Amino acid sequence: MNDTTLSKNRPSATVGATAAQQLERDVASWEGTEVAKFISKAPERQATFTTQGGFPIKRSYTALDLADTPLEDIGLPGRFPYTRGPYPTMYRGRTWTMRQIAGFGTADDTNERFKYLIEHGMTGLSTDFDMPTLMGYDSDHPMSEGEVGREGVAIDTLADMERLFAGIDLTKISVSLTINPSAWIMLAMYVALAKRRGYDLNALSGTIQADILKEFQAQKEWIYPIAPSVRIVRDCITYCAQNMKRYNPINISGYHISEAGGSPLDEVAFTMCNLIAYVEEVQKTGMHVDEFAPRLAFFYVCQADFFEEIAKFRAVRRVYAKIMRDRFGAKNPESMRLRFHCQTAAASLTKPQYEINVVRTGLQALSAVLGGAQSLHTNGRDEAFAIPTEEAMRIALRTQQIIADESGVADVVDPLGGSYFLESLTTQYEKAIFKIIDEVDAQGGTIKLTDENWFQRRIADFAYETAIKKASGEKPVIGVNKYVLADEKFDIELHPYDETTAKRQIAGLNKVRKERDNAKVAKLLDELIAVAKDPTKNIMPVTIELVDAGASMGDIVEKLKTLWGTYREKPVF
Amino acid sequence: MQSNGDRIRVIIAKVGLDGHDRGVKIVARTLRDAGMDVIYTGLHRTPEEVVEAAVQEDVDVIGVSILSGAHMTVFPRILDALKAKKADDILVVGGGVIPDDECEALKKLGVKEILLQDTPPAEIVAMVKRVVTERGTR
Repeated sequence: MNDTTLSKNRPSATVGATAAQQLERDVASWEGTEVAKFISKAPERQATFTTQGGFPIKRSYTALDLADTPLEDIGLPGRFPYTRGPYPTMYRGRTWTMRQIAGFGTADDTNERFKYLIEHGMTGLSTDFDMPTLMGYDSDHPMSEGEVGREGVAIDTLADMERLFAGIDLTKISVSLTINPSAWIMLAMYVALAKRRGYDLNALSGTIQADILKEFQAQKEWIYPIAPSVRIVRDCITYCAQNMKRYNPINISGYHISEAGGSPLDEVAFTMCNLIAYVEEVQKTGMHVDEFAPRLAFFYVCQADFFEEIAKFRAVRRVYAKIMRDRFGAKNPESMRLRFHCQTAAASLTKPQYEINVVRTGLQALSAVLGGAQSLHTNGRDEAFAIPTEEAMRIALRTQQIIADESGVADVVDPLGGSYFLESLTTQYEKAIFKIIDEVDAQGGTIKLTDENWFQRRIADFAYETAIKKASGEKPVIGVNKYVLADEKFDIELHPYDETTAKRQIAGLNKVRKERDNAKVAKLLDELIAVAKDPTKNIMPVTIELVDAGASMGDIVEKLKTLWGTYREKPVF
Repeated sequence: MQSNGDRIRVIIAKVGLDGHDRGVKIVARTLRDAGMDVIYTGLHRTPEEVVEAAVQEDVDVIGVSILSGAHMTVFPRILDALKAKKADDILVVGGGVIPDDECEALKKLGVKEILLQDTPPAEIVAMVKRVVTERGTR
């Protein structure tokens, strides 16, 4: 190998033509001698190996495998195409935000859990809401029966929001609100609360999920048909771009696509399809991509396949950078760097031998960190049973703290960059993501295909394949289909559900209804309809006025149903 | 053995606000692939809607999937609605995330069988066949 061949003739990212030919001969001879001899005595465990997402895995990788990866696509941290991370110093500056999601019972109950987690070193808040809140029902609606405060915290009115964050300075900690079809109302409550407390809105940092397209595709929380639902998302994005400079108005999420059974490739590819739909929608208002793209944020799962997950994160950063620059004409580098929150895979946790879920979660968390996540939630070991106990959450948080403070992995940026295997897999992922985007474009785009169940069907297909592989043992799950303990008894203390929650919550809601100015609320609800009818208007300001006047989430949601109707899925399986 | 030819008829249902449909779709496919007639309701149905559909479709079994924790509310309402329609020869089975002691409580109320996460497809099929055989002709 000499320098002239290296620079003149570049068949791959790291070796020149002459060196490549030599390497090719070496690989062939190695396969023919050492490998062949070894395999004749001791065959490999399987005839072929693939990642969990189905990408073939070779025996070993060399510089030849970087032929499709130009050096500039690997690049440098904090520089286009951001494969190696969105920031130049990454965790050497500040380690990721440790953001454990919490939410159950009433606002008071969750406020107490928030304070417990902050006391134990948590650096960001994340809020889980109960099903009625997520779907826009008041706690006393018949559909809410049995669900109030069960899977998350119940929020009906601004009064609940005030108690949820009592004693917590929202200019000092970032807050994530995990909510979708009714997200804009929650955002309005957050803004109204901030105004009451006299905060500068531009000082608030945080994220609202508000990613409705993946709801239709995967998580299945919805209220209105697709078109008005996407318009609401557009309004959140434009409102925040103009009024909340540090706030992420959307968290485009792959997590739920994975949890619904989708493949890791579909997880990231679908988020890019959804991204494109949202950006196009906002651009129609005349806003330039650089005015809002710097605050677009993402949310992914870290699954069990360690290297595949890291490649997935690196690839989607590269794809995003190219889409934003080349497809949407972004000029500001901040519009091209993908930032993401990560959560370990809840569906990978098992009831049998549940203690070992701590190890699963630890490995998944490590892949998120090596993949360059900006914030991370680690699941509690007891989540296959119920929502986690305080102790389970503390162990989960400590898992992150061990990675950050003891393992040393946070001291170097993208330590796996340059790995033949990982760079090769990253590039394969990039190409496969672009292929799916092309396919979606060719068939009429994300919104049309969502309506036609295209995404839903792909997710269900992969979920079914996975179930078959688990049943046959082809996909080992320790404690479930391998190393099973006979007659295992679960001696586990679970988070209890307080049966008085619904009663307490409804009493609070009725108090607000009694004390508010009902005429004012009615007038504002009429204004809301007028705004909703005019697609050039933004729905946020009137919603902020409504929640400030004591309107409940149900008041607002039901009023708009009279205009927009509701979404009903065409079920496929 | 069954009321309607020799194919077992099953309605697979999601009730309430719970949107977790990964498992329910796998179960629906598994039973269909095993030769049963399968109807899937889609999400967010009320117990009364499910029972209405079950009676109209003349099914042998209602399978309800629930992962939200509201099972102690949902199952009793389905069982009551079946009784009210004098259709309590339709068998009710369940699946999802349900604590062991509450599985027992639900069985006492009349739920025939509850299958939890990671039950292999073959066991799901065997269970449905078994409960229908045990019920006998109707």
